[in-house]
Amino acid sequence: MNAETTMCNDIAPLHFDQVRFEHRGHRLLMPTSVSFSGCRRTLIMGPNGAGKSLLMRLAHGLLRPSGGRIHWQGTPPVQAMVFQRPVLLRRSALDNLTYVLAVHRVPRALRKARALDALERFGLAALAKRPARVLSGGEQQRLALARAWLLNPSVLFLDEPTSALDPAAIKAVEDAVNAFHQQGTRIIMATHDLHQARRLADDVLFMYSGQVLEHSPAEHFFKAPQSPEADAFIRGELVW
Amino acid sequence: MAASDNPFYTALTMIMSMDQRLFDIVTLSLQVSLIAVLVASLLALPLGAALALWRFPGRNIVIVMLNALMGLPPVVAGLCVYLLLSRAGPLGHWGLLFTPSAMVVAQVILVLPIIAALTRQQVESLHQEYAEQLHSLGLSPLRMIPTLLWDARFGLLTVVLAGFGRASAEVGAVMIVGGNIDGVTRVMTTSIVLETSKGNLPLALGLGIILLSLVTLINALAHVVSEMAKRRLG
Repeated sequence: MNAETTMCNDIAPLHFDQVRFEHRGHRLLMPTSVSFSGCRRTLIMGPNGAGKSLLMRLAHGLLRPSGGRIHWQGTPPVQAMVFQRPVLLRRSALDNLTYVLAVHRVPRALRKARALDALERFGLAALAKRPARVLSGGEQQRLALARAWLLNPSVLFLDEPTSALDPAAIKAVEDAVNAFHQQGTRIIMATHDLHQARRLADDVLFMYSGQVLEHSPAEHFFKAPQSPEADAFIRGELVW
Repeated sequence: MAASDNPFYTALTMIMSMDQRLFDIVTLSLQVSLIAVLVASLLALPLGAALALWRFPGRNIVIVMLNALMGLPPVVAGLCVYLLLSRAGPLGHWGLLFTPSAMVVAQVILVLPIIAALTRQQVESLHQEYAEQLHSLGLSPLRMIPTLLWDARFGLLTVVLAGFGRASAEVGAVMIVGGNIDGVTRVMTTSIVLETSKGNLPLALGLGIILLSLVTLINALAHVVSEMAKRRLG
């Protein structure tokens, strides 16, 4: 346990300092200050359009803030992101994985074995030769997770990875998220599914119309939400 | 109408008789156009992809120019190459004028803008889909180029075929820089022009039919290959 705590503390904390984001005159993210540290599973919750995806894209570096500062306290860690709709290359499942290893300069001789190992781990071994684009939605998302796995990230972002999946596929994705977590990966995941958040969250960050209204441990959040919006959201009443 | 006046009959007898001169003309036509398309593709595919990914001042002007060059009249391209390669021209000492190499050069100039401009469009739309994922995986724009070209390959095959269509059909440029010299630079299209001006219309039409059949055959082959690959790769 001690070793794990040390490992988690080695992952640089990420700080948002009065970060805001505007696009074509619309303010999509109000000035926001939050921090992510350790290897907790933080679930970003809130209705559609609250700014969950935006916050993660800013954190991952896919978007630049219009103002404020986003910084890693220490060396920026290895990160990966799993998107709502997985973007897979037009080649076989196996080749999708060897591709990222090639991009990250893994020696050619090691690539195939490591890719097959990842396919095995995510239950995709039988589909190795199949074109990635014809896999089912759940299989595609698992392949995207396997790809992220090969990067061996310290921080994993997931943007509503289960929103288009059936219950069995959702279970597989949640198991994968926990597998990452057990490896000592910090999880930052957006969802609007309350049940999923209850199953996975260590922390909850609640957003509503471009603002972070709450950032608290999951047990506090679900028992006694601080804002009326979060309270309504938990009771399934929030209308947007 | 006598059978010899029928262009289809003429075309068929020419093919059946395996005429050596016809064979040479067809071979040279295909050689010049295929080499031109190959060279143009090697340059234009990475160029188009780079233009899709790289933001720089004046980029829109370059795109408009490239699109405009798709309509470059072959005779103008031929004339420019002629001036470059003629004895008094800057590259005259290469002695390339009135050789198949000069014809290749002229066709590369005609085909390159088509392949580059259409590649830019294809890669740009694919990039919209891939950008976040590739960025997340840590790819530099330079490293994205081969990835996007490979993933756009089915669309790009059509682009290359469009370039081949332009090359194999044009007559103005190869006429000027090649000179339509019998046995040296005479190709299908220049032969058709020559036979037409001589009034030998059945022969001209017969050659036209053979040219069209060859182009159709090559396109059919490319289509079959790409459909097979598509079915295999989804």
